[in-house]
Amino acid sequence: MVEWTEEERSFIQEIFSKIKYEDVGPKSLCRALIVYPWTQRYFAHFGNLYNEDAIMGNPEVARHGAVVLHGLDAAVKNMDNIKSNYAELGELHSEKLHVDPDNFKLMADCITVVIATQMRASFTPAMQAAWYKFLSVVVSALSRQYH
Amino acid sequence: MSLTAKNKDTIKSFWAKAAPKAEEIGTDALSRMLVVYPQTKTYFSHWKDLSPGSAPVRKHGKTVMSGVAEAVSKIDDLTNGLLTLSELHAFQLRVDPANFKILSHNLLVVLAIQFPDDFTPEVHVAMDKFLSAVALALSEKYR
Repeated sequence: MVEWTEEERSFIQEIFSKIKYEDVGPKSLCRALIVYPWTQRYFAHFGNLYNEDAIMGNPEVARHGAVVLHGLDAAVKNMDNIKSNYAELGELHSEKLHVDPDNFKLMADCITVVIATQMRASFTPAMQAAWYKFLSVVVSALSRQYH
Repeated sequence: MSLTAKNKDTIKSFWAKAAPKAEEIGTDALSRMLVVYPQTKTYFSHWKDLSPGSAPVRKHGKTVMSGVAEAVSKIDDLTNGLLTLSELHAFQLRVDPANFKILSHNLLVVLAIQFPDDFTPEVHVAMDKFLSAVALALSEKYR
């Protein structure tokens, strides 16, 4: 089981209290689609992803970005049961969506960069470490169902 | 995934903005790397103080960033331009190349913190490609 210090728990709560899902979610997904364009393979049904402007103006991307970030809710609310709480979502990504789990890391890195642009210096090294650990646990939980 | 002409222009103009803060950027990126990815501390067991912003971290942050500056100036031929640095990393330092990715990520995080408005997705992808290309050039002499 993952052990969290009190400091790590409070860092994670602090980050989530400061970010807006409808803002960070869309920005993070846009970055993933632009910085790692092969991720667009999963979103052919979103219409125009032809260039950066198209991606950033695409309402389906924005909507889905918020959905993905809300996917972290289960983890924030119950940091001690992430593995079991993500079994279903993990199976969805593997069996139905057929997403290469390497993409989870890419998305995690993009979320981190967006948070860095917003929190700036208050996103301290110690906070970044807790955040990286948190996302790693979620990514690992999502990846467990692949076979 | 080679650098396009547009990528190179983006990198050079962003670097012009970032260069004055090079030491600060290098120090912060290294500090974060050592805290967030503690396995990287194994390369610095000879330092007295590995805490964020310590003297050895500052000094080394500056060294790393001068390497990045050199890479920008040799952006049209990184493999040949960084040959000496590659030999250093391959034969003397023997840094596992997986760590280049880790430092690159932390550099990007610091650039995002320092330049929240300038570090657009377009700049982000160009810098990520650039740092990957630099890492590749540094790995050239490994085997």
